[in-house]
Amino acid sequence: MSSEPKVEYSPKVSDEIKKTTCYMCACRCGIDVHIRDDKIRYIEGNRDHPINKGVLCAKGSAGIMQHYSPARLKSPMRRVGPRGSGQFEPVSWEEALSTATDWLGPIRDTDPKKLAFFTGRDQSQALTSWWAQQFGTPNFAAHGGFCSVNMAAGGIYTVGGAFWEFGAPDWDLTEMFVLFGVAEDHDSNPIKIGLGKVKGRGKRVVSVNPVQTGYAAISDDWYGITPGTDGLLIIALIRELMLSGNIDVDYLRRYTNSPWLVIRNPGAENDGLFLRDAAGEPQILDRTTGEAVSHKSKNASSAMHGQISLDGGGMAVPAFMILTETYMDDAYAPEAVADTTGISANRIRQFAADLAEAAFTKEVVIKQPWTDWKGERHDTMIGRPVAMHSMRGISAHSNGFQTCRALHVLQLMLGSIEVPGGWRFKPPYPKPPEAHPKPAGKPNQIKAGKPLAGTPLGYVLGPEDLLLGEDGSPQRIDKAYSWDAPMSAHGLMHMVISNAVAGDPYPVDVLFMYMANMAWNSSMNTRGVMEMLTETDPETGEYKIPKIIYSDAYSSEMVAYADLILPDTTYLERHDAISLLDRPICEADAVCDAIRWPVFEPDRDVRGFQSVLLDLGARLGLPGMVDEEGKAKYTDYGDYIVNHQRKPGIGPLAGFRGNGTQSGRGEPNPGQMDAYIANGAFWHKSIPREARYYKMANMAYQDFAVDMGICDSPQPYAFQIYSEPLQKFHLAAEGHGDIQPPEHLRDRVKNCFTPLPTWYAPFEGTSVSEDEFPLHALTQRPMAMYHSWGSQNPWLRQIHGHNPMFVPQKLAKEHNLSDGDWIWVTSHHGKIRVPVVIMAGLNEKTIWTWNAIGKRKGAWQLEEDAPEAKKGFLLNHLIHELLPAKGDGQRWSNSDPITGQAAWFDLKVNIRKVDANEPAESSPQFPALPRMNGVIPSPSKTLSYGLQWSGEKTKVRGEPKI
Amino acid sequence: MTSLPEPSAIKLGLVIDLDICVGCQACVVNCKEWNTSGYGAPLSDENAYGANPNGAWLNRVHAFEAGEAEEAKTVHFPKSCLHCEEAPCVTACPTGASFKRAEDGIVLVNEDWCIGCGLCAWSCPYGAREMDPVEGVMKKCTLCVDRIYNDNLPKEDQVPACVRTCPTNARHFGDLGDPNSDVSKLVSARDGFDLLPEQKTKPVNKYLPPRPRRQKDETPMSLVAMAEAQTPKGFWKWMDSTLEKLG
Repeated sequence: MSSEPKVEYSPKVSDEIKKTTCYMCACRCGIDVHIRDDKIRYIEGNRDHPINKGVLCAKGSAGIMQHYSPARLKSPMRRVGPRGSGQFEPVSWEEALSTATDWLGPIRDTDPKKLAFFTGRDQSQALTSWWAQQFGTPNFAAHGGFCSVNMAAGGIYTVGGAFWEFGAPDWDLTEMFVLFGVAEDHDSNPIKIGLGKVKGRGKRVVSVNPVQTGYAAISDDWYGITPGTDGLLIIALIRELMLSGNIDVDYLRRYTNSPWLVIRNPGAENDGLFLRDAAGEPQILDRTTGEAVSHKSKNASSAMHGQISLDGGGMAVPAFMILTETYMDDAYAPEAVADTTGISANRIRQFAADLAEAAFTKEVVIKQPWTDWKGERHDTMIGRPVAMHSMRGISAHSNGFQTCRALHVLQLMLGSIEVPGGWRFKPPYPKPPEAHPKPAGKPNQIKAGKPLAGTPLGYVLGPEDLLLGEDGSPQRIDKAYSWDAPMSAHGLMHMVISNAVAGDPYPVDVLFMYMANMAWNSSMNTRGVMEMLTETDPETGEYKIPKIIYSDAYSSEMVAYADLILPDTTYLERHDAISLLDRPICEADAVCDAIRWPVFEPDRDVRGFQSVLLDLGARLGLPGMVDEEGKAKYTDYGDYIVNHQRKPGIGPLAGFRGNGTQSGRGEPNPGQMDAYIANGAFWHKSIPREARYYKMANMAYQDFAVDMGICDSPQPYAFQIYSEPLQKFHLAAEGHGDIQPPEHLRDRVKNCFTPLPTWYAPFEGTSVSEDEFPLHALTQRPMAMYHSWGSQNPWLRQIHGHNPMFVPQKLAKEHNLSDGDWIWVTSHHGKIRVPVVIMAGLNEKTIWTWNAIGKRKGAWQLEEDAPEAKKGFLLNHLIHELLPAKGDGQRWSNSDPITGQAAWFDLKVNIRKVDANEPAESSPQFPALPRMNGVIPSPSKTLSYGLQWSGEKTKVRGEPKI
Repeated sequence: MTSLPEPSAIKLGLVIDLDICVGCQACVVNCKEWNTSGYGAPLSDENAYGANPNGAWLNRVHAFEAGEAEEAKTVHFPKSCLHCEEAPCVTACPTGASFKRAEDGIVLVNEDWCIGCGLCAWSCPYGAREMDPVEGVMKKCTLCVDRIYNDNLPKEDQVPACVRTCPTNARHFGDLGDPNSDVSKLVSARDGFDLLPEQKTKPVNKYLPPRPRRQKDETPMSLVAMAEAQTPKGFWKWMDSTLEKLG
């Protein structure tokens, strides 16, 4: 065989390339969609895009299968059978929208809060929250409450920004990159690109995570910590760094509130608050004069310890002194925390030494002059090259907020935030809590027929900002911003259904949800939630939640529980704005935003949810959505994106405004959408070099942010190691002020609302017997699957088609387990039967599984014997939205007491090998849902995607099957 | 029995960095996405939405663990055809469908000649070939032969799809026959190794090993040596002298 076959080197790739934004997860990468014969030939990463710089993950690469999924809903539908039975009839859009209007109109005219509008994996919160506000209901939030609000709130209250899209490691300059409990589905391509850079330069990567998968697998040091104890480890690290003198005193003095004077006047109403001057400015102690002066004083030399007596009684000391007294305690010595954290004292010291070495022996200096907020000129930018990233692993605990704050304080001790080689903000951050709106929803802010007097979500600064009735009762259905969860910046989506059904604090009339799979993986206590959604009032026979409107693009488990379905499009058929008003895609060195646009027209009777929402708003006559004549102001979401102004000159997109060349501010530009499309579906403006570091204190950045419309005036600020808002809540719990916590919460507020980050044991663990439930159980998201969505994807489900429970080696030995065995896992709330895989790289008190792989039979258009349903399972069945009853008649939410973050990583369980005769099937099982689009025609059982193109070169094998 | 050509001067292949691969599966899916509409028959999927979904893939990532508990090390191991110089899959092929290109060393299957007997897959020590469940022809990594020379793609995109998409930059493509190529230099600098060298297949693809972790008993660096504070009292003394210096 000497003659080689000829290979065609240059086959045609595509007729055209359309650039848009991926939506296969929350990362929002730029994609090039290659289109041939009006079909997708190939999707690849956009090389110019700020987020992914050309790369694309497994999910993004499987976009073809998502776009052509048989699980796509085809038309609006109305429920015809009992709720949960999945029996629907198709209706027209006109009928669907009239029905929704008929349901919502009377609510708005009488009591707008009877609408609970909650969105899930929503990437349009700038619109959806505004819509809720215009409707007049405070009952709006997205999924942050059960995802990672502790990270967001802990970050904003401490440093004015947070991990994920609010900040990024300085990948090119860092000497040490530390990951704490990361969720590998979050910000995944930027983190992977960064890891490649750091490892490529031979720098140290450290992972603190009970589970050694993914990123942790390539770490140079893996600390397999016991879940929920990260805060304790972090404080121990701070203590080691302090005791060895490895903290950045100059940074702490200049950029944090360490030197601010705190009043020490035990028992008084001002105890623990900052000493302020007549203008309200916090004071510092001048080392030279011994006088208290404003922290803004230019020439003062601020003291880090010392005290002054106060005329009104008591004294004042620098916040740093309180921190030192608190953290020097032997309770935080490595030996004292080793057992609890599962990390030996030796390794804790090693960890601290590595941090110290990177920060203080490998200083980075950039020769770039800059001017700080006091007007002082600096010749260089000095960096402590330790970068960190963290996400859900430390967040989804009842102590997650304080743990997140502790982590930021550790960064500040090292002087490694917003410096070369450290961790940096992405615009519109840094932005302290004071620069955010406060939430609206006090009784006088909710009026029939009127918009809410402010945005539903925001940042409270003290008890006076809580949303409480005259009697102290929660005003929101999820009890956000009440004493249950005072600083709940993202709401508590996980409590909405439970509270509405309990009528606690009140019942609702319509539950309106978008992309939120509450009847399955997006709820704790999944079976309970399914029952709640179908629960009726025994007297009237009506559903406890009378009407449910749901929008989704696919036949998720939740669809069966809706009364009215508004079918959404796929991500390639829609407009979206990845907006600076929402969660943008900026870089630390650039301001960026992006769009999606319909690169295909839908071939079904579906509409983009945001366009539907605007249509519905116009039908309801909501202000801002109708013109003077009461007619719809916007033809669709694309029209809104271009023409809506949140305030004069500021709209959803910051690029190509006004005459097409203006950035940040400018009149609406009718050509803006086309300009984005021509630019690759995104906009990018570099931050001037002088403004790139120390942004919170850098006047060049502050002026740039004003130019860009990020803020209206410069707002430099100091990082808050010591948090006064927390102390204000603490003082209330001590009995000060008019706004008082209810008695059953008083001690909890007193203990958890400490002005310095603290650690306390997670609540579920202290509510159940350690002997009975000795193990922690966790979930992680795989990098190749996003929530439930991937299960309908025939490529991704071949990678993660079912999810074993991973069990550590030692535990497996104790229970005589081998791979493939089945076990019962039991919590205080429920039990599940699951298959086992033994794992070495795992904390020895922890078991874990992949999240949201298990599916209900019939959902997502899968066949009933799909492994997702037979072997796959949810850990959610073990997790209750409430803590075990304490016998006091109260419903104690299983959440962080500060932010309301769902504490699903607090779960404690035991395991038992199944009996010999038990079936190899996961339990619980639920009745199969009817396949929403009927049974898939049998040819589709087999896919041969691309046959129409490859057929040219090889044997002809029949018609394409998709 | 098919014969191998004389070893080519140009040896195109991949260098895969096990120190950096996080097992994200991007290369796996992007490969499938490109190649299902690319060279030869589509990469089909059986039972796409049912029990036992089973498709043809040209590249898969496996995960292995070594050690126990705190000492455990997870390695993600991407595996595709290694384009061996002594490719047993070529010599095993009874029809000549399986061949190694004289020009650049890429091992391909001429699907028009493939009878789906599976002998090549049996002979491959790496398990790098998969039978297409629908077409019954043998599928394998083509090194994206329809990308790397494709004039319809920009020059920078004329690399295999897996390399183009890899988020961590763990995959490198080039001429391993040229000792001065970037990939050859990388192999030399990082002690790149052959997979199963004892099989004498002389794979062109190379793997870069994970860098060793710190030994468990390694003495911690002395924090105290880096500064003078050691006790709370010492801390304030240190603080005062630090503040003095700062002014």
